[in-house]
Amino acid sequence: MPTRVPRIAPSEITPPEVYFSRRTLIGGALAAGVSALAGRAEAAAGPPADAARLTYTANPGYSVSEPPNKYEEITTYNNFYEFGTYKEDPSRNARAFRTRPWSVRVDGEAEVRGDFTLEDILKGQPLEERIYRFRCVEAWSLVVPWVGFPLASLLARFKPTSRAKYVEFTTLYDPNRMPGQRVPVLEWPYVEGLRIDEAMHPLTLMVVGLYGVVLPNQDGAPLRLIVPWKYGFKGIKSIVKIRFTESQPRTTWALATPNEYGFYANVNPAVDHPRWSQATERRIGAPFFAQRRPTLPFNGYADQVAPLYQGMDLRRYF
Amino acid sequence: MNVTERYRYVYKPLVFVAGLAPLVWLTCGAFGWFGASLGADPVKELEHECGKTALNFLLLTLAVTPVRNILGLPQLLRLRRMLGLFAFFYALIHFTIYVVLDLELNWSTLGADIAKRPYITIGFTALLLLVPLAATSTNGMMRRLGRRWTSLHRLVYVIAILGVWHFYWQVKRDVREPLLYAGILALLLLYRVVRAQAARSAARAAASARAQLTSTSRVGLSLRQSQSD
Repeated sequence: MPTRVPRIAPSEITPPEVYFSRRTLIGGALAAGVSALAGRAEAAAGPPADAARLTYTANPGYSVSEPPNKYEEITTYNNFYEFGTYKEDPSRNARAFRTRPWSVRVDGEAEVRGDFTLEDILKGQPLEERIYRFRCVEAWSLVVPWVGFPLASLLARFKPTSRAKYVEFTTLYDPNRMPGQRVPVLEWPYVEGLRIDEAMHPLTLMVVGLYGVVLPNQDGAPLRLIVPWKYGFKGIKSIVKIRFTESQPRTTWALATPNEYGFYANVNPAVDHPRWSQATERRIGAPFFAQRRPTLPFNGYADQVAPLYQGMDLRRYF
Repeated sequence: MNVTERYRYVYKPLVFVAGLAPLVWLTCGAFGWFGASLGADPVKELEHECGKTALNFLLLTLAVTPVRNILGLPQLLRLRRMLGLFAFFYALIHFTIYVVLDLELNWSTLGADIAKRPYITIGFTALLLLVPLAATSTNGMMRRLGRRWTSLHRLVYVIAILGVWHFYWQVKRDVREPLLYAGILALLLLYRVVRAQAARSAARAAASARAQLTSTSRVGLSLRQSQSD
C-alpha cells in the first residue's frame, strides 16, 4: 500500500503544550480577524477550561495548512440524528448522555471476539492529535484537531481472519438515552462500514477527543470513527459494536436513499449528489465572502488513498 | 375611530412592524448585536430563516380569506396585500442571500443550480411568479386590470405549492417540518375547493328553485284560466 507516512524523530515533535498554545494563539488572532470582519461576537477558539484534558502527542505528519475551526463550531454544528436532526440539537440534547460504563462487542470473522470495556479498547493505544479536513455530504466542511489512534492498531488486536473483507460498526441503540431514535427518520441503530483495506489505512482514526479534551457527547463520545477522505456520515459515532464480515455491510444512509448515498462515499467533486453539487464546499466559520472553496478529490488525501480504488468506476461506486 | 381608521392607524402599522421583526432579529444575529447569534453557520441560518419566513407570510396571505369568513371579519382583507408583499420581500432576501453569501456570486454555479437542481428550479420559478403579483398589487393596477386581476392573482396557489415543494425537496431526511407546511397549505386550499363546490351547488339549488317557482305560477295561471272558462 503506497502511503506517505513521514517518519519523525521524537526530537522533532513539538511538545503538546507548546504546539497547543501556538495554535491557540494563531487561532485566537484569526478568530479576532474574522469577527472584526463579520462584526460577530467573539468566542474562544479552544475548549472550555473545565473540559477533561487528554494526554496525547501531536502528530504533525497529519496536519493541514488551513486553520482549525473553533471548538464552539465543532461542538454546536453536528449531524448526529440520535440526538435530533437540526445542527444545534445534539449539543443541547446530548448533555446528559452518560458514556461510562461503555462496552464494545467484537464479533464476526476474527479470532479474538467478545465484549470489551472502553478501558480495554483504549489500553496500550498511545493517543495522538491529527488535524484533518472534515467534509460533510451536505457540502460544508470543517478542520478539526482530533485526538485518537489508528483504527488499524485496534483491529489488529482482534486478529481478523482471511474471510474478513469488511468491518461493520454499529452505534448504541437506546432511545431512552438517545431521544432522536424515537423518531424513525433513519433505520436504527446506525450502521456504517469500511472495506478492510480502508479500515487498516493509516489515515483511518478511532477518535476519543478533540482540541486536546475528551470527545464531547455531541461529537460521538466516547468512541467514533474518522475517515478523512470520505463524507462525514461514514464517521460513525458512539460505537458499541465492531463486526468483521465477508460481505459488504448494509449501511444506514445507503439503505435510506440508495441513489443519494453510497457505501464508499469518497469525497468526489466530480460526482454530484442528485440534489446538489459536490464541486465546492462552504468552510464553516470562515469570513463571509470567503467561505466557498473547491472540494478536493478524496478531500485532499488523494495521494494517500487513491491507489485503494485503482480500476474502480467511482461514478458507479459513489 | 371607525373601522377604516383602526386598520389604517393601528392594525396595519402593527402588521408592518411584526413583518419586519424577523429581519431585525436576523440582522442582530448576523452582527452579534444584543447577544443574538445565528450559530456556527450564519449563512445557512439566514438563508433558511428568510425562506421559511417567506413561506409563513405566503400561508398567512392564504389564511386571510378563510379566517375572515369563519370569524365574520370582512375587514381583514385590508391586511392581505401587506402580508403578500412581505412574502415577496422575504423570498427576495432568501434568493439574494443564496446568490451573494452562499454561492458568493458564482454565476455559473447559479445557472447550473437553476437548470439542474429541481428544487432550485421550482423555488426560482415561485420567486419569478411572485414578481407580477407584487407589481400589480397597487390600487391603480387593481382598477386597471379589473376582473383579470383576480385571475392573475390566483397564481398565488401555484406559488405556494411550488414554495412548499421547494422546502420539502431540499431537506435531507427529516421531512416533518416541510410536511407541516404542506398540511397547512392543503387545509387552506381544501377550504377553497369546498367553498367553491358549496357555492356551485347553492347556485344550482337557487336556479332549480327559480325554475320550479316559474312553472308553479304558470300552473296556477292555467288553473285560474280554466276556472274562468
